[in-house]
Amino acid sequence: MRRIAPLGLRTRLIAAFLLVAAISAVTTAALTYQQARNAILKQTQDTAISTLRDQVEQQEFRLPLDQQEVQRIVIELGKRGKPHPWIIFGEYGSVRVSTNPGTPTSSVITDDLRQKVRSHDYTAFQRVEDQRGNPWLTVGVPAFIEHNGSAEATGAVFYASVPLSTEKQTVEAMVDAAKQGAVPGLAIAIVPALLAARSVLRPVRDMRRAAQNLGRGHLDTRIEVRGADELAGLARTFNETARALEQSVRELQDAEVRARRFASDVSHELRTPLAGMLAVTEVLDEDAERLDADTAKALRLVSAETGKLAVLVEDLMEISRFDARAAELNLDDVDIAEAVRKTLERRHWVDDRVVTELPDRVRARLDPRRFDVILANLVGNALRHGGAPVRVTVRTAPGEHGERLLIDVADSGPGIAPEVLPHIFDRFFKADAARTRSAGSGLGLAITLENVRLHGGTLLAANGPTGGAVFTLDMPLEAHA
Amino acid sequence: MPRVLLIEDDPSIREGVGLGLRRRGHDVSSAETGEEGLALMGGFRPELVLLDLMLPGINGVQVCRRIRETSQVPIIMLTARGDDFDIVVGLEAGADDYIVKPARTEVIEARIKAVLRRLSDPVGSRPGVEHHGELTIDRAGLSVAKNGERVPLAPSEIKLLLHLSASPEQVFSRQQLLEYVWDHSYHADARLVDACVRRLRTKVENPDASPRYIQTVRGFGYRFGPL
Repeated sequence: MRRIAPLGLRTRLIAAFLLVAAISAVTTAALTYQQARNAILKQTQDTAISTLRDQVEQQEFRLPLDQQEVQRIVIELGKRGKPHPWIIFGEYGSVRVSTNPGTPTSSVITDDLRQKVRSHDYTAFQRVEDQRGNPWLTVGVPAFIEHNGSAEATGAVFYASVPLSTEKQTVEAMVDAAKQGAVPGLAIAIVPALLAARSVLRPVRDMRRAAQNLGRGHLDTRIEVRGADELAGLARTFNETARALEQSVRELQDAEVRARRFASDVSHELRTPLAGMLAVTEVLDEDAERLDADTAKALRLVSAETGKLAVLVEDLMEISRFDARAAELNLDDVDIAEAVRKTLERRHWVDDRVVTELPDRVRARLDPRRFDVILANLVGNALRHGGAPVRVTVRTAPGEHGERLLIDVADSGPGIAPEVLPHIFDRFFKADAARTRSAGSGLGLAITLENVRLHGGTLLAANGPTGGAVFTLDMPLEAHA
Repeated sequence: MPRVLLIEDDPSIREGVGLGLRRRGHDVSSAETGEEGLALMGGFRPELVLLDLMLPGINGVQVCRRIRETSQVPIIMLTARGDDFDIVVGLEAGADDYIVKPARTEVIEARIKAVLRRLSDPVGSRPGVEHHGELTIDRAGLSVAKNGERVPLAPSEIKLLLHLSASPEQVFSRQQLLEYVWDHSYHADARLVDACVRRLRTKVENPDASPRYIQTVRGFGYRFGPL
């Protein structure tokens, strides 16, 4: 089953307009037709009935009624047809005469009508159609005579059949007029429909555009409010909402900027004393040997923690630069296999703890320092939390926008717990609830991810088929600063 | 042991770094401001300057330029990572290398030794004088002349030129040059090389022509020649 596509507002508005116009046109036409038809027919009817009745009443009947007498009266009546010339039929006993010598009995006068007239001795009428579909009005009037001051039925009945073709034509002309009027009427109705649709649609379109702009981050988007109708009210509401949104977003942004600046300022402030402290840690370590055990312990503690603190502050600075979008790529062309080998050499991971699979003669354009940090973090992480051997696989693959560089770092550990997996790149995330400090700053993977993103790549953490954790790096072979 | 002039406004760093270097046998003289440092240049005659970039008064970059006007003494900048722009400007002003604060004394000393070693390490096994176009390179005397006129070169500049010209027409990647010339472990800042190449070009190349001696090989690095 294919769903019908939803119709647009414009289409629906125009359809509704046309429907309303059509309904009113048809209703008006139908009512007018009915009224006019009834009025026209009634007038004809009344005239014909009253004329016939009066004529029959005025006749001087010379008794006994015989064929000649009836014939005379029929001819007499036939002259006075109103509103149209009519055909008169006289029926008395078995006598049948008419104004038409050829047809003494009518084909349109029904037994039904005869029955009505005879049973009630009263005027009756009926509208009928002959075989050719022409409408006729048939009227039957019984003839009475004055006898001893009261009217007495003679038994003679005079029928008139009045052609209604003129009325039919008049009514048909009216129907045609209604029909012909309705079509241009409907066509004309499209104009206000379009205008109305436009007046509704333009604000709606404006609002849609404004909402899109708002979604794109242009929070200063406002709509021009025209008039005072519901759409203007909606536009006003939209503007108020946008204003409120802009204000709260600005407040949030300001708060965020303040928070970032604070983190950055704190790191900056910490860096200076740390630079002095770090410069003298060697002196502490050297001299500790010549002092008593407690002092030595204290000095070594200070020295070791200073080193860790320096790393933490450096990582904080790095993160706050990413947050402030101040991190820059310093691109260089490197041989990827050589770059990976050098990173491992620098960290002395040259024994069988790290196994590599490197392609030959693949050149990449990237930031060598950041790439070194990425790889060192991933491999260091795998060695620390997973376990040796760590397998580093480097390959290239065609991508949508040029060649991609794909690097897998897989460890031989138990893998990452499912509840930890979504948070693996979070800052200061500790996998164990004890919140013990790890060897790193707690920012390693967060920085790694930011570095990958800066190169326009993605970094995924998952568990491999054999159980160990697998980090998959996917970035363009040629990064753009 | 070398005489080191340390120009640093923060007392804890000045004292800490000074203490650490003295313990390793260096003769350290400290200055709190750029002006003070420049005043010490004549009397103390340092063999190396450790220069903080963020100084009150005239900043490190200006101090660097002023020193370079009269002297080719090795200059190492003390910077904080993130002051990226300053690093480039400092390198353009003529600094040979930079150290990111905070740094351990062993790291600082390793950089000092690397910068100084450049001047005593003969490059290649070909002593004597070579002629390359308008350039005359004296490998033993560690000097370069252009059209017979001596060109004053900072340590990193002469080292780079000697290294490139020792293997004419061979392409060296930036990372290789960082290793060979600066003694940096791999993945150091390639901008060091680029800044040094730019300084070297302004001194030895003809300003209104494309580089002839130190040519860029796009996507790979630099090479000397072909002339």
